[in-house]
Amino acid sequence: MDQLKKEIQAKLTSAKTLEELNNLKVEYLGKKGIITELNSKIKEIPNEEKKTYGMKVNELRTLFNDLYNQSKENIELEEVNRRLESEAIDVTLPATKIEVGAPHSLEKLIEELEELLMSMGYDVVEGPEVEKDLYNFELLNLPKGHPARDAQDTFYIQDDEILLRSQTSPVQVRTMLENTDKTPIRIICPGKTYRRDEDDATHSHQFTQMEGLLVDENVSLANLKATFDVIAKKLFGETRQTRFRPSFYPFTEPSVELDISCFNCEGKGCPICKNTGWITVGGAGMVHPKVLDNCGYDPEKFTGFAFGFGIERLAMLKYGVKDIRTFYTPNDLRVLEQFKRKDSE
Amino acid sequence: MISLNWIKDYVNIDGIDPKELASKITKAGINVEHVISQKIDNLVVGEITKCTSHPDSDHLHICEVNIGDKIVQIICGASNVREGLKVITALPGAILPGNFEIKVSKIRGVESNGMLCALFELGLEEKTEETYNKGITELPNDAVVGTDPLAYLGLDDTLYELDLNPNRFDCNNHLSFAYEIGAILDRHVTMPCTKTNPIPETNDVTIDIATENCYMYNAKVVKDVTIKESPDFIKQRLINAGMRPINNVVDISNYVMLEYGQPLHFFDKAKLGSHIKVRMANDNEEIITLDNQKRILNKDDIVITDGDKPVCIAGVMGGFNTEVDENTKDIVIESAIFNPYNVRYTSLNLNLRSEASLRYEKGLNYEYCNLAIERACHLLEKYADGKVLTGTTTYDNIDKKEKIITVTKKQINSLLGMHLTNEEIEEQLRKLSFPYQKEKDTYHVSVPPRRLDIGNYPADIIEEVGRLYGYDTIKAQLPILPTKTGVYAPKTKFRKDISKHMRSLGLNEVRTYTLISEEENKEFNRNPDNSIHLLRPLIKERSVIRTTIISSLLKSINYNIGRKNKDIMLYEIANVYDKDYYEETKLAFALHGNYLHSTWQNNNNEIDYYLTKGIVENLLDYLGLTNRYTFRLSDNLPKEIHPKVNSEIIIDNEVVGYIGKVHPMTSKYNIYVGEISLDKLYAKKVRSIKFKELNKYPVITKDLAFIINSKVTSDEITKVIKKAGGRLLTNIEVFDVYHGDKLETNQKSIAFHLTFEDNTKTLTDDEINILFNKIITDVTNKCHAILRDN
Repeated sequence: MDQLKKEIQAKLTSAKTLEELNNLKVEYLGKKGIITELNSKIKEIPNEEKKTYGMKVNELRTLFNDLYNQSKENIELEEVNRRLESEAIDVTLPATKIEVGAPHSLEKLIEELEELLMSMGYDVVEGPEVEKDLYNFELLNLPKGHPARDAQDTFYIQDDEILLRSQTSPVQVRTMLENTDKTPIRIICPGKTYRRDEDDATHSHQFTQMEGLLVDENVSLANLKATFDVIAKKLFGETRQTRFRPSFYPFTEPSVELDISCFNCEGKGCPICKNTGWITVGGAGMVHPKVLDNCGYDPEKFTGFAFGFGIERLAMLKYGVKDIRTFYTPNDLRVLEQFKRKDSE
Repeated sequence: MISLNWIKDYVNIDGIDPKELASKITKAGINVEHVISQKIDNLVVGEITKCTSHPDSDHLHICEVNIGDKIVQIICGASNVREGLKVITALPGAILPGNFEIKVSKIRGVESNGMLCALFELGLEEKTEETYNKGITELPNDAVVGTDPLAYLGLDDTLYELDLNPNRFDCNNHLSFAYEIGAILDRHVTMPCTKTNPIPETNDVTIDIATENCYMYNAKVVKDVTIKESPDFIKQRLINAGMRPINNVVDISNYVMLEYGQPLHFFDKAKLGSHIKVRMANDNEEIITLDNQKRILNKDDIVITDGDKPVCIAGVMGGFNTEVDENTKDIVIESAIFNPYNVRYTSLNLNLRSEASLRYEKGLNYEYCNLAIERACHLLEKYADGKVLTGTTTYDNIDKKEKIITVTKKQINSLLGMHLTNEEIEEQLRKLSFPYQKEKDTYHVSVPPRRLDIGNYPADIIEEVGRLYGYDTIKAQLPILPTKTGVYAPKTKFRKDISKHMRSLGLNEVRTYTLISEEENKEFNRNPDNSIHLLRPLIKERSVIRTTIISSLLKSINYNIGRKNKDIMLYEIANVYDKDYYEETKLAFALHGNYLHSTWQNNNNEIDYYLTKGIVENLLDYLGLTNRYTFRLSDNLPKEIHPKVNSEIIIDNEVVGYIGKVHPMTSKYNIYVGEISLDKLYAKKVRSIKFKELNKYPVITKDLAFIINSKVTSDEITKVIKKAGGRLLTNIEVFDVYHGDKLETNQKSIAFHLTFEDNTKTLTDDEINILFNKIITDVTNKCHAILRDN
């Protein structure tokens, strides 16, 4: 029996394949297997030795099974390892890449502003680009023949009546008129605008504005200042300072230019701020009482502020784009793709 | 352009740095865009004490020049250089126009320590053959050696170039600008002298104002003027303002205009006569203007006539027939105010915009209209030997009612968000020279006529107080409002969601121009006559409002192909408008190249019709429109679309857009495009998501294939299968299409993978076989198909 034990140990540990292992199983434990035979010989063993004999055969069987299982595990592991080895790839070869499309740079900036202002309670409202003179000018305190219309040479579609809007302000007018309950208003209106300008590096006959309007009781220029501060810091960094410069818009009184401290030189003076330390990024003011009145809001009771940004100008400053035409033409993929990623917060 | 030397006539600005002043003025709302200093450092009056010929040159001289504290040696080549002459001397360190720095140098071996100058070399005179031939500038003998020659000549001016807001165009005039400076520096403004010594003879001009568009008309007569050159200060100031001096009389009219902002017109009295009639022109009435051009007028133009024929287009340009010339003796001065809209209309219509018309257009102030004519008489008396006749002929239809605006301290502080005291408010009003009456905290402010820009609202006064006090003292304070989250207008939200979805599908967003050319309007457009044409386009390339975005996208694709950019997936969402001004939001896309690419593995996925369709289906599924859309080959599409590789997108029997391959005649590249109406998609109602329990009974699948005429579409067969399969047939999938050797040329084999299930019980073989056989029978009969045996 001891001889047999050694033999089992030697054979099972040296088996290299599952097949060999199975053959050994048949050889020892099969119907006519060596251990099976030994077991059946128990009847020929004298009674007093039967117990010891049986135990020894069982020991052999247990030994066989243990060694068999261990060997099987080893062989299987080796086989898996071989397979894994054969599946090795060059992981540095190029990916089959899932491309994500980029938002347009102007849209990216608009959405950044929208997100900020919506968190401050402003609703996003849009209006038509083919607009009535009434909404684009007349109700905004720009009657026909008003010299300030000169500054906005406009594309007319039907004389004195229909035009391509030269500003997004008509959306403010429409919103105030449509709000028949005359409740407070907090909106922003981004959109395309058009002026009869020849295209060059800094002028575009088509451009994008985003205006904001807040109408309520007791609204002040100080409220506008704080709102502008929030926007300036979000777009151009926490260290931005803001400045109001008196200005003129027919639909606001007082009117101001919105300046930010230069983010490039921190106010020391550089070409971007033309050595003034300040950059004008938009216009704003307190809604002109005439405009409130035209839109059905009692100027004795309500005041409001309005602000407007040229999105192209903001994008040129923020992203460092030199030529405004880049936003519209020729749409080189290498330009578009630069805006597909998430911007730094 | 504002001259600070001129401003000094009206307000004291001595000792104030011009740059600092400019930034104060800008901060108060009048934009000083550029400060141009005519001052040049290291320039002194020198006296040539010795002048000898250069040994090495036939025209150069070696000069010894006394510059006050010492004598320096300077080489000069001017023809008029001589001993005893007082000259403008530029010493080393002086920087002349063109960034030309004077340095110590050797000229043909002899040291030179500066340069003797002519005015044109200092940029103060035009360089002409005449000025060049004059040589260096000869200073009068009273010029003091060692002092600043430009100050001596009155040429050390500082100019402000302004960028004015349209409401403060009056600041183009020196008096209005002086008032601004007066307000900022809190200094008094002195008005120019308008005194005259009229002769006893009485002004005999009569006027007849026959139009309500003439608000005010003053006429005066000055006799016996001498036409000559203007005095230097007038010439210099006109040049600085960008006007060319002509002669004393013409220059005086311009000078007064730059002073008061009131344009004047001078008629030759001998040519005009003594009667003036102002009326509207007749249609097709003609006048030859000062520039010798014939102008055709119409009934909206105001004309000045001699009672019969036009002698001047009011506010725009004088007539050739009454022009002041070198022989003029007696002149009639006009100082008038016309309806600004008429002047604006006329000047635009005749394309004649002048310094004068620009001022008329913005509206004029009657006070200055009256003062300017007196001022012109004063100057004509002084500088043209004129004799002013007694009396002014006047027509005056101006409403001179004082404009009084009532504003309270509370209104001021609550609109500005500031905390001004009464004293501070009053200080600003005083500085502005706005008279006011005060009752406790209420101010009744009287607006001076010179401030035409100020309206009738308290806000108009509040702005003046605020801008002068300074907005930089405002303490930012966010509005205290009910907290709410802003929302997108529903349609905007819909568009944004779609836009994001297109990006997640790998398409890049672009923006192209709304305005396109006539030719482009005909591309990808079955109905070019339905577009809006601008009345007055700037250029023909941007003259039509597009009704389709595809042509613009295709241009971008072609550009990118040209730049060898690969895999170009573009989309744009934009509003388009038809000629009835109907607005529609459209999504368009154009695709070229590989959707997925992996060159080294050779499993590129080049964009084709089915991938394009898949992108659209992906979008429609996202919108919850699964099972409601079909794609149908169309012969209704633009000619630039492949007639056999396209489809209309149909949802609930409505065509919402199309996709297709670009016609090979339009592009040799494989480009797929599509355009979908977002308005139509938006109008489709979809149910909200409700969870469905999964079927717990087994699913049975069966495959079958038919041989069928190639022209029969997959959709047609699917429909028949679907109808035959009924409720238990839950999915039909095409898994193989085969054309080839084993079939007739007009035949194809198409194989389907069918799924049957019942969520109430386990289906039996019998049940399925009945359905399966019915499907086979129906397809064979209705589609003339043959079941393909495996």
